[in-house]
Amino acid sequence: MFDIFSILQNNWTLFLIGQYPHGPLGGLANTLILAALALLLAFPCGLLLALARVSPWKGLRWAATVWVYVLRGIPLLMVIFWTYFLVPLLLGHNITGFMTMLCTLVIYQSAYLCEIIRGGIQALPAGQYEASRALGFGYMRTTIWVILPQALYNTLPSLISQFISIIKETSLGYVINVQELTFAANQVNNQLLTKPFQVFLILAVIYYLLCFGLTQLAGWVERRIARKRMGSGLQTVAPDAVLAIDN
Amino acid sequence: MTHDFDLAAVLRGEYAELIVKGIETTLQLALYAWLLAMALALLLVTVRLTGNKLADRLVAAYVSYHRNVPTLVQLMMWYFGVPNLLGESTQMALANYNTEFLFSVIALGLCQAAYFCEDIRSGLRAIPGGQTEASRALGLGYIRSMRYVILPQGVRNCLPSLINHTVLLFKNTSLAMAIGVMELTYATREVENYTFRAFESYLVATVVYLVFSLLLMGGGALLARHFNKALAR
Amino acid sequence: MHPMIMFSNINKWYGDYHALTDITAEVKPGEVVVLCGPSGSGKSTLIRTVNRLEDIQEGQILFDGQDVSGTDANLNRLRSRVGFVFQSFNLFPHLSVLENIILAPTKLRNLKGSAAREQAMQLLDRVGLAHKAGAYPAQLSGGQQQRVAIARALAMEPPVMLFDEPTSALDPEMVGEVLSVMKGLAKDGMTMMCVTHEMNFAREVADTIWFMDAGQILQKSAPEAFFNQPSHPRAQRFIADLRAH
Repeated sequence: MFDIFSILQNNWTLFLIGQYPHGPLGGLANTLILAALALLLAFPCGLLLALARVSPWKGLRWAATVWVYVLRGIPLLMVIFWTYFLVPLLLGHNITGFMTMLCTLVIYQSAYLCEIIRGGIQALPAGQYEASRALGFGYMRTTIWVILPQALYNTLPSLISQFISIIKETSLGYVINVQELTFAANQVNNQLLTKPFQVFLILAVIYYLLCFGLTQLAGWVERRIARKRMGSGLQTVAPDAVLAIDN
Repeated sequence: MTHDFDLAAVLRGEYAELIVKGIETTLQLALYAWLLAMALALLLVTVRLTGNKLADRLVAAYVSYHRNVPTLVQLMMWYFGVPNLLGESTQMALANYNTEFLFSVIALGLCQAAYFCEDIRSGLRAIPGGQTEASRALGLGYIRSMRYVILPQGVRNCLPSLINHTVLLFKNTSLAMAIGVMELTYATREVENYTFRAFESYLVATVVYLVFSLLLMGGGALLARHFNKALAR
Repeated sequence: MHPMIMFSNINKWYGDYHALTDITAEVKPGEVVVLCGPSGSGKSTLIRTVNRLEDIQEGQILFDGQDVSGTDANLNRLRSRVGFVFQSFNLFPHLSVLENIILAPTKLRNLKGSAAREQAMQLLDRVGLAHKAGAYPAQLSGGQQQRVAIARALAMEPPVMLFDEPTSALDPEMVGEVLSVMKGLAKDGMTMMCVTHEMNFAREVADTIWFMDAGQILQKSAPEAFFNQPSHPRAQRFIADLRAH
């Protein structure tokens, strides 16, 4: 049992950064880079999908809804295989496992982020929309200057939660040999062979610390937002936004 | 890579058998894991309701572990790690059984129990405190209050989350392929390997997953609407 | 005839906060007692001790001659004999109006369904809501919900009805319909303890007014005496503040 410390001591670089510099970057570092990039790229996609789902144009609404339902109904593993198969076809050349995983996560998470952002938009009191229209703003301006700033601020805790989900989903990269943390752990296990429990315990603990820490952050942000919203009462983003447009 | 679309090629004879077997395994895996998860979740919630501080912390730790560690890693821990702890003779005995399936059910069930536990707990907490007071003030004891006033409302409250997490459980069965369980995704890859028709194989699997997911979500929505007749207005 | 409710040297603390101090009082059968006083004076706490929604640390409460701090088996029986109406109505949202009313009689008294329903319809008639028997609480206005809550409490045929600020959560135009139900009950001879800010109701219906402040009953008197010539200085201030409105 106490081998855990010796295993960690001997293999910490593998866990942390994979085979770099003797190979590509891997391990925890790669996991974090993959997750961060995925969130960064999935966010605008999710935003556009959310806007499509609440838009007044039926065809757009319908298409976005279908996309979201399909992606939420099939396992992430299937999306990985689809991406692995389709993207090289579309691009004309093969892509690395990392890129496959990145594309998969962006596509998959766009559906979930869409629902979160849509929830944030629809949770705003109808009065916000009405007041803005009453002032003379068109649909587009209302959305950009009044609705979105508030909705996105309110969904901040959920976005952090999604980031945690993405980190956990990167572990599936193992199945297509992406050099992330789980893959690194399996490499260590294959070398040592006789201590799988200790190796996977280390793996579980690393993920736990990472995700738990982020969960605490999300909770802190949520409390901060709740305090701000309750304390400031009627104050909203709208008045400043109006002034900005007038100038 | 051929450009012609030939669905029949994938659904022929032995391939169809593989796929059907895969669906069967997926459904069995999902069902057993769900039953384990639900039973365990009810137990955990009951433990939490007793108010004992230590028990509460233990359950919270259990939930925290299963929600912060990736499901795939949990599967690996059970399949690769746990047998290692059990000693030589148990491992030999286990080798005769279908351990991949067994450990998958355990891992998925234990993981989902954490989610179900939180759903049920939130559902109960969403009931206004006045409800308990009102039913007790009428003279209904603890058990009758639970049975006629609190639990009916609790079930209505947690139904949407429970349904969502059931669909999640169903999708998570695909992870079992990583430890060799021959469920639908595994079968799909097999068929793809034999026929070289990736598009058609994946399409079949996707449709099957979609159909079941939508059935689960639709069934759940019907159930929720039936219960919420009273509360929806 | 013994008093319906008797408080003897009641003391209650929430942690260090002394919520009720040396309360000694009694409610006679058929008496209507109104408790009034500033917020935080302990009025709600006091009536909640009768059916043990709140517990006391010192003193004794007798209900119909029996000590309320018996064992738990008697607690449910005690509660079924005390009708309680809450400020926030607390109707059961998953049950219809009729089902709300017949729940306790059918489960606790083993009343047959048809008999229970007949009784419930009579009670609904009495509060003016017979036409809403099949409706659900969410479909009713606040005043209607509170009247159903009163009917629900009456269904167990309690000898005493306790009201905890029954109209405080209602819009002004609905207060009247609830108060008139309560006046009807008082006229029919029901023993009532009522915490309320509705002073006109108190003046019309109360037999005795208990003025409370900071956990103590400072004055017990008939309504006329209380409103026209309050003896205790804090009561005088209270009446003056009321007049200022």
